[in-house]
Formats: sequence, structure tokens, C-alpha cells
Amino acid sequence: MWKQHGKLERHSLLLLIAIVITVAIGGIVEITPLFYLESTVEKVEGMRPYTPLELAGRDIYVREGCYVCHSQMIRPLRDEVERYGPYSLAAESMYDHPFQWGSKRTGPDLARVGGKYSDAWHVDHLRNPRSVVPESVMPPYGFLAEKPLDYRRIQDLLRTQRTLGVPYSAAQIANATADLEAQADPFASVTGLRGRYGQKVLQRDFDGDPQQITEMDALVAYLQMLGTLVDFRTYQAEAPANRR
Amino acid sequence: MTVAIGETEKKMAGAPLLAGILGVLALLSMFAAAATPDPLFRIHAYLLMAAFTLGAGGMVVGISTGGFRETDRYMDGVIRAGAVASMFWAIVGLLVGCVIAAQLAFPDIFYFPDFGFLNFGRLRPLHTSGVIFAFGGNVLICTSFWVVQRTCKARLFGGVLPWFVFWGYQLFIVLAATGYLLGITQSKEYAEPEWYIDLWLTVVWVAYLVTFLGTIWKRQENHIYVANWFYLAFIITIAILHLVNNAALPTGLLSTKSYVVWSGVQDALIQWWYGHNAVGFFLTAGFLAIMYYFVPKRAERPVYSYRLSIVHFWALIFIYIWAGPHHLHYTALPQWAQTLGMTFSVMLWMPSWGGMINGLMTLQGAWDKLRTDPVIKMLVVSIAFYGMSTFEGPLMSVRAVNSLSHYTDWTIGHVHSGALGWVGFVSFGALYMLFPWLWRKQGLYSLKLVDWHLWIASTGLVLYIASMWVSGIMEGLMWRAYTPEGFLQYSFVETVSAKHVSNVVRLLGGLLYLTGAGIMAFNLWKTVRMPSVAAGNSPVDALPAPNPLAPATLPAE
Repeated sequence: MWKQHGKLERHSLLLLIAIVITVAIGGIVEITPLFYLESTVEKVEGMRPYTPLELAGRDIYVREGCYVCHSQMIRPLRDEVERYGPYSLAAESMYDHPFQWGSKRTGPDLARVGGKYSDAWHVDHLRNPRSVVPESVMPPYGFLAEKPLDYRRIQDLLRTQRTLGVPYSAAQIANATADLEAQADPFASVTGLRGRYGQKVLQRDFDGDPQQITEMDALVAYLQMLGTLVDFRTYQAEAPANRR
Repeated sequence: MTVAIGETEKKMAGAPLLAGILGVLALLSMFAAAATPDPLFRIHAYLLMAAFTLGAGGMVVGISTGGFRETDRYMDGVIRAGAVASMFWAIVGLLVGCVIAAQLAFPDIFYFPDFGFLNFGRLRPLHTSGVIFAFGGNVLICTSFWVVQRTCKARLFGGVLPWFVFWGYQLFIVLAATGYLLGITQSKEYAEPEWYIDLWLTVVWVAYLVTFLGTIWKRQENHIYVANWFYLAFIITIAILHLVNNAALPTGLLSTKSYVVWSGVQDALIQWWYGHNAVGFFLTAGFLAIMYYFVPKRAERPVYSYRLSIVHFWALIFIYIWAGPHHLHYTALPQWAQTLGMTFSVMLWMPSWGGMINGLMTLQGAWDKLRTDPVIKMLVVSIAFYGMSTFEGPLMSVRAVNSLSHYTDWTIGHVHSGALGWVGFVSFGALYMLFPWLWRKQGLYSLKLVDWHLWIASTGLVLYIASMWVSGIMEGLMWRAYTPEGFLQYSFVETVSAKHVSNVVRLLGGLLYLTGAGIMAFNLWKTVRMPSVAAGNSPVDALPAPNPLAPATLPAE
């Protein structure tokens, strides 16, 4: 056996091919089944693509590196379910490109933060975290409230997501700008938006500043819908389709 | 392209071609800057234009003044540049680490509401990429260029290509770092740079592979030395991981923003398949290659066991790939995948310790050097930390342990015992050896300063990991603590304030480690300023005799 290894030590291409085969096996065995095993993602009611405003808010969440300190993945452990709510399902992040499960909780989990605090609390907290939570170590994000949201290319964002498999309809893409503006304006008609994204879509002036749509509007809109899509009063964890 | 002038002196191949390509790229960047609707993309286009123009200009000056001639047997200029860059990025990366540690310890002082780009969320990727890819990457590239030339007795392949690899990689670092500050990120940990930066890195990485493999093809030694197996596995596997994990679709041709192709649970596993093997192949296999060359050289002993090198090399690269799912215990990842990840992570303990034993036992018969040579002390400490963190890792990958340790500071402590202890110290040891070789000095300016560096950095390291163990296990226990009445005992923010003391100790540890690196930079600077010894008299020219029994385990030079 040791003499056989001499061949690899004398032929760099053989060595190269042997390395590629050796490192390919583990990844292939672990990753590829996730794309075809039907039990990987649960069958749930209520999942929908993000509204344009929520998507813009999610992009800000990504841009600011919120995932560095906040997870969005509640584990099925007693204390986590009591602290944060029902444990996270794979289905809840199936439209997330990329996923935001995180790896560290310097701050609390945000998978179900939607609806837990008021918009005003979020705005105050983002402006100066220590004004509402004195022991917090979170950075201040007041600049989001001053910065108008740049949504000139919002249609491109939705279109790119559709190419990647997120089921945005032609109507949702065509009305992206209108839907974004309508969601942040409590006096706008909500019929079109709710018709395209469902009755649960929130329509508010999220940052409390009626003058303009800011990045704060988008981020708070995103935070306020996190974890609210699946109705856990009707979700059957023990149903055969959901057992994994 | 190559015009032979003599046996020993010829023009470097490809210089005019590369100058032309860079010129075209500079022009394209200018058009991109003009046409893009995305202000952030415009900043990067200007940056690219400046870099390509400088590159093309430098090439033209070099060609016209008769530079780029291959006069020496080995190409060491690019290694000198890499060694200096390594030291520079080490200081930068460690400094940013201290800044973000200070932010968590004293948020009222170190956050600036008017400078949002200095917030923790943007600086943390700057720190991780700074130490892993800027410092670690430069160490790997420059040591691999040294090792592959000496162990193959061949000059680097590709004419100007190694210089393209060096400057191309620095450009990647600058693009990534400025991108983080500007908010250009795809949020995949340790793979944050956006699509066009990823494409540029791919080009540089292919050039790196061609340089490395081409040099091996030119070798005058029959066998490929064991360190080169590890370098090759590192280069190839990182390429595969990079391409799959970063697959993304830009939202526009001239836009910084892209969306990753994968989503949800599949994206999570691909990310941690990448993330854990960035540890396995960048921070382990690559630095094991350093160990396999620099430890035998410094100890003046052959590698302890040829057979152990073979077994632990193949076992390590085979098993590492499977370990990724242990980052996703108790998540929505199917349990079969979690179990596979845990099983292989525990198995990984064995090949890891195989490598540790092979490194440590190489000192057999040379242990007395520990008393007199602080550089070998540094190398031994690094191997000891490698052993420690590769024991801690499998422990933390067990689901029951992970339910406590995951999401806490324990993980941060674990990473730093590997990164500061193993990767940092083995790199420092290699750089302490490379500088006198590269600048042809009799030795280092001061071995005493190396000793100071070692002890200050080790103290910092112990403070760092001990404080993170305490705070990590404490917060993990507090999160799951119940009152006798059956209520959760602590609110989340109580666990945050309980960590304050640990955060301060961690900052202190980081500052000590940074101080050590500062002493090192001073020492190396003074070494470069020392008078050089004449060619042929430098210690590096004294070669050990080849050992016919273990062809792949004794460095040729």
C-alpha cells in the first residue's frame, strides 16, 4: 500500500484527481438529497414571497450585517420555544436567498419578532438601543430614518428572485413600485397590495415619518412580518407529511 | 512569448500580454463607472480602474526598463512582497478585532451614531476576512511559493503570473474590505464579498493553481513533498467550495446586489459545508503544509512518520468535508444530515491528532532546541493549540453539547483558540524563518523579542479563550435556566449584561495579542535593516542531505 502511494507522489495530476474525488464524496452525499427528498421542507399554509417593501427591508438587514448577532432559527428546545415561540420550520425560509439563520446570538433570536413590539419601539430601539434597553450592546441605526429608500430598481430585485425560483407573479412584478409605496402609506388603497400578497400584509407608516419612505420604513416592515406567515394554531407538526 | 537570452537570464513570459489585458480592464472599468446606476458600484468601478491602470502602467515601465528578467534560480521577490503583506494585514485584522471587541465591551464609547459604517455588523466581516483571507491568505500564498520552489528545485512557473496572483489577491482584499464598509455584502459568513468580487477571486485563484501546479510539473525531484500535497488540497478544495457556495445571480450587470442561487435549508447546508471547510482547508490543510515544511527545517529533523503523513492526509481531507452540518444542530436541517455531520466531526479528531503527533514528534532528538530557540517554541505552541482546538471541536459537535454551546461565545472562544493559537503562531513561526532567508540575513534581529512576543501573545490568548469559555457557558446555562415555579429565570438582556466582565477581559486579551504582533513587526523591520550576508553564506544555503528512505517527507531545500 505504501509503495502504491508512491505513484501519487510522482504524478501530480493523479494526486489532483484523487484529491478532487476524495473531497467531493462528503458534499455530494450530504447536500444533493436536500434537493430531492420531499420531506426536507414541510408542507405549510401561508408562506408567500416578501412584499417589495419587506424585500427592500431584508436587503438592509443583510447590508447592515444583522445576521452577525441575531439568529433567525428557533431550535426545538423547551426554553427556546417558551422564549421565542414555535420552533422554526424549513418551510419558513424557503424563499430566503440567502438564508438568515445566523450562527450567533449576541442579541436575541428574531425569527418571530414580528408583532412583538410596536413600530415606535422598533424605531426608538434602532435609533438608540440603550434608550429602551439600557444593558444593550447593539449599535445605533438612526441614519436609517434619515435616508430615503432607493427603490428605483425594485422590479429588477423581484425579477431576479423569480428567476431563482421565488414564485412572484407577473402582476406582483409589474406593480412592485406601486405596492411598495402603498404599503408604507396608511392613506393609500390597500386592495391591490392585499390582493397580491394576502390579507395579513401590514400597511402602516412604519417609521412615523409621513414625509418620505425611508430605509427605516423598509427595515421595520420586514421585522414586523418575521415569523408571522405560518399559522401555528392550525399547523400539524405530527402529520405524516411534516414528520422528518 | 519567452525570448531566451541565456540559460540563466531570460525575459519573464507574458509581461506584454498581461499589460495589455490590464489596460483593457482599466478601460472597461471606466465604462462601467460611467454607465452604472448604482453609486456603490461606481465607487468600486473607480477603484478597479485605478488598480488596473496602476497595474498596466507598472508593467509598461517594468518591460521598458528591462525589468522582469529571470536572473535568479528562484523567484523570491514575490515572496518578499507576500511576507510584508502578511505582516501588514495581520496588524490591520487584529486591530479591527480589538475595535469590535471594544464595541461589545463599551458600546457607549465605541459606537458613533454619525458613522454607521463603523457599526459592529459591518466591521465584524472586515475583521474575519482581514485575519483569515488577508493575513492567512497572504501567509499561505507566500509560504507556498517558497516551499514549492525549494522542494521541487524549480523556479516558479508562469513568468509574471506569480506577481499577478499577489497583486490580484491584494486587489480582492481591498475590494472586499471597502465593500464591507460600504455595505456591499451577500451575508454569507466568511464569503461575504459580492458576485463581481467573487469572480475576480476566481480568476486570481485559477492563476494561483496554474502557478503552483506548473512549478510542480517543472520539478527536479522525483517525489512531490508532503507539504505540497496539503497546499494542493487547499487550493483545489477552496476553489470548489468558493464556486458552489457563491453561486449567485446579480440583479443587474452593473449592480453590486445579487441574490444567492440557493435558498433556505439547502443554502444553510451549502453555507456551512463551505464555512466549515474554509476552516478545514484554508485554516487547517494550508497551515499543516506550513507545519510540514517549517517545523522539520527549524528542528533540522525529517518528518516523524512518512506513513502517518499519508494516513492523516487522506483521512483528514476525506472526513473534513462531512463535518459542516454540526453548525446546524437542532435547526430545520433534517436530522439525518445533522447526525452524519456529528459522526464525521467526532471521527475527525483522529486524523487531526495524527497531524499533531506527526508535527510534535518531528522534534524527536531536537527537544533541547525548545530551551534555546523561541521560534521553535512558537511552532510547538501552535501545534499544541492545534491539538487542543481539534479536540474541543469534536466535543462541541456532539448534539447534546452543541445545544448548550451553539449561538454562544463558546464558539467564538473555540475559533480563536484555533485561529490565534494554531494559525497565528504557526504563521508567525514561518515568517520569523522566512524574513532572514528572503533578505539573506544571518538570523533574526532579536530572538529575545521573539520570546517576548510569544509570552505576551500567549497570555493574551489564554485571557481570550478563558473569558469566552466563561461567558459562553454562562449565557448558555442562563438561557435555559428555570425558576422552581417553572418560568424562564432570565430575560435575554440579563445574559447580555452578565457578559460585561468577560467582554472586557476578552478585549484585554486581544490587545495583548496585537501587542505581540506589533513587537514582531518591529523585530522583522529591524531584521530587514541588518546587513546582508553574501550569497552562498546564508544559513538557507546549507542544505540537509536527502533521505532516500522517506522521499516525500524531507524538504529538498
